[in-house]
Amino acid sequence: MSDAILPSAVTATPARSPSRARGESPAVQVVLIAVSLAFLLLFLLLPLVTVFIEAAAKGWEAYRAAITEPDALAAIRLTLLVAAIAVPFNIVVGIAAAWAVAKFEFRGKNLLISLIDLPFSVSPVISGLVFVLLFGAQGYFGPWLQANDLKIVFALPGLILATVFVTFPFVARELIPHMQSLGSSDDEAALTLGASPWRVFFCVTLPNVKWSLFYGVLLCNARAMGEFGAVAVVSGKIRGLTNTMPLHIEILYNEYMGAAAFAVASLLAGLALVTLVLKTLLEWRYGDAIAASRRH
Amino acid sequence: MSVAVTIETIEKRFDNFPALRGVSLDIQPGELVALLGPSGSGKTTLLRLIAGLEEADCGRVLFGETDTRNLSLRDRRIGFVFQQYALFKTMNVAENIGFGLKSRPRHERPGRDEIRKRVGDLLDLVQLPGLEKRYPSQLSGGQRQRVALARALAIEPRVLLLDEPFGALDAKVRKDLRAWLRELHGRTGHTTVFVTHDQEEALELADRVAILNEGRIEQVGSADDVYDHPATPFICEFLGEVNKLPVKVVGSQAFFGDRPVLGGLSQNQGGPASLYVRPQHLRIVDETPLALPGTVEHLRRNGPIRRAEVAVEGLKKRLEVDLASQVAPAIGERIRLRIAHGNLFAAA
Repeated sequence: MSDAILPSAVTATPARSPSRARGESPAVQVVLIAVSLAFLLLFLLLPLVTVFIEAAAKGWEAYRAAITEPDALAAIRLTLLVAAIAVPFNIVVGIAAAWAVAKFEFRGKNLLISLIDLPFSVSPVISGLVFVLLFGAQGYFGPWLQANDLKIVFALPGLILATVFVTFPFVARELIPHMQSLGSSDDEAALTLGASPWRVFFCVTLPNVKWSLFYGVLLCNARAMGEFGAVAVVSGKIRGLTNTMPLHIEILYNEYMGAAAFAVASLLAGLALVTLVLKTLLEWRYGDAIAASRRH
Repeated sequence: MSVAVTIETIEKRFDNFPALRGVSLDIQPGELVALLGPSGSGKTTLLRLIAGLEEADCGRVLFGETDTRNLSLRDRRIGFVFQQYALFKTMNVAENIGFGLKSRPRHERPGRDEIRKRVGDLLDLVQLPGLEKRYPSQLSGGQRQRVALARALAIEPRVLLLDEPFGALDAKVRKDLRAWLRELHGRTGHTTVFVTHDQEEALELADRVAILNEGRIEQVGSADDVYDHPATPFICEFLGEVNKLPVKVVGSQAFFGDRPVLGGLSQNQGGPASLYVRPQHLRIVDETPLALPGTVEHLRRNGPIRRAEVAVEGLKKRLEVDLASQVAPAIGERIRLRIAHGNLFAAA
């Protein structure tokens, strides 16, 4: 497959060129590649580069000041804390949901699959508003929460709830098709060999899907740290208290502190890059194992 | 170590589809039994029921005297080889084979050296010495099959169950493995049940063959029994090639139209019947009172067998006739056929 996009394949003898066999002319290939590359440069690479250029615009000292300022540090801490709670939670629940969908037949399975996708189809702002309506001062549970002196909205629990809701599908959606394609014969084989259900899960089921799981976790984490809409609604944007990094960036930007905004933004962009590099490294290092575990 | 398996009136439904309808079967200790049938006949369901991977709606499976309904999968001690082998992709060959031993409760678990030695012995047994460190993706289909078998044997199973053991292999490997499995069974003596849709495989390999159709066992017997004395029309048609003639039985003779084609019948069920005749049981003859006239329409050769297609008046389908080496009719030639052997079933 990969020769098809190498230039050498275009000039290769017609008999050996896979593109010729499919009837695509070299010109079509060149145009397609050029369009995709141009798109990538314009819409993905350029903005990313801009973030770093803007962040560095006022020099290293300003950059350092922007990200070590107390409010910024509080935002970074809060973001990490929210992700550290929301991501493991979604891993556990995501695995459970994927397991249920892939291994069992039950009534309402299709409904469950649709529900898993719900956070993707609902605007994040709505997701946030739902929690405000439920747990806010005027919400259904508001009076009860106030009576018991519990704060959910405009506090950490609300941020975690909103983040869990928005990032829930990532792990489950990566795992479901993979688990479905694997079927259950590996698990059954382990059971007939006398393994306990826990041993089957940790030694057979989980290792079989570890790369999908890992990829799902990476995506889930990136989104958990970068989520803006839902978090913006439930946070109340109290500086130093309920501001996560994306919210902090927006506030800085609205206050015409562009360089500082971009400095903090560069951290988030850096996270995205680390995620990408990590994924690529792992695919490069363990490509065979990944391919083998996806194959059946 | 190997036990008798007794299957008592098993019923199993999936939703509204009856997969097994009152299946009973006795399997002797150390016997090699094939469950043979077309897809959807319930053979795999029966195998999974013996394994404990499915639960019967009613009926039970005994291992020796033990009712398996009370046994967990671990306590059943069965070796199951899955159709696609289900080798653990993230473990190497040694880890795969040792998995069952390492899964035992702590007080029964052999030590690490003991496990390593057992894995080595099993790899010798399946003729794959030295492949401990390979991963399943680095093995050929036949090698995976053997590793799967070694993994199943590692737990010293009381019963060995194989689901379409050669289904995923190409023809040449299949033949080799068949002979090898027969030989291995002779050496280890496990009570073995395997599922196949390939009649040749079942007849060649098994001590006894149980033929399933639509959730019922139609016949159990040795290869000779089921092939030469099929109990039902289904088995006639399922095992090997067969010609079907609508006949009428009067007295001790069967008539095709008003022409007697087979005599000396002992069973005196008069009336319409179906006569099943295998191609090798039709002989070209010069003259005989019990003969079927026809015209040779087509000649072909399939490996060692020469085959003629003979059109018979009053019969839609041409008869398939195996030719003896010295006989060479020409296309269009009028011939007479004598039925050397046939199976008669009263028309339903």
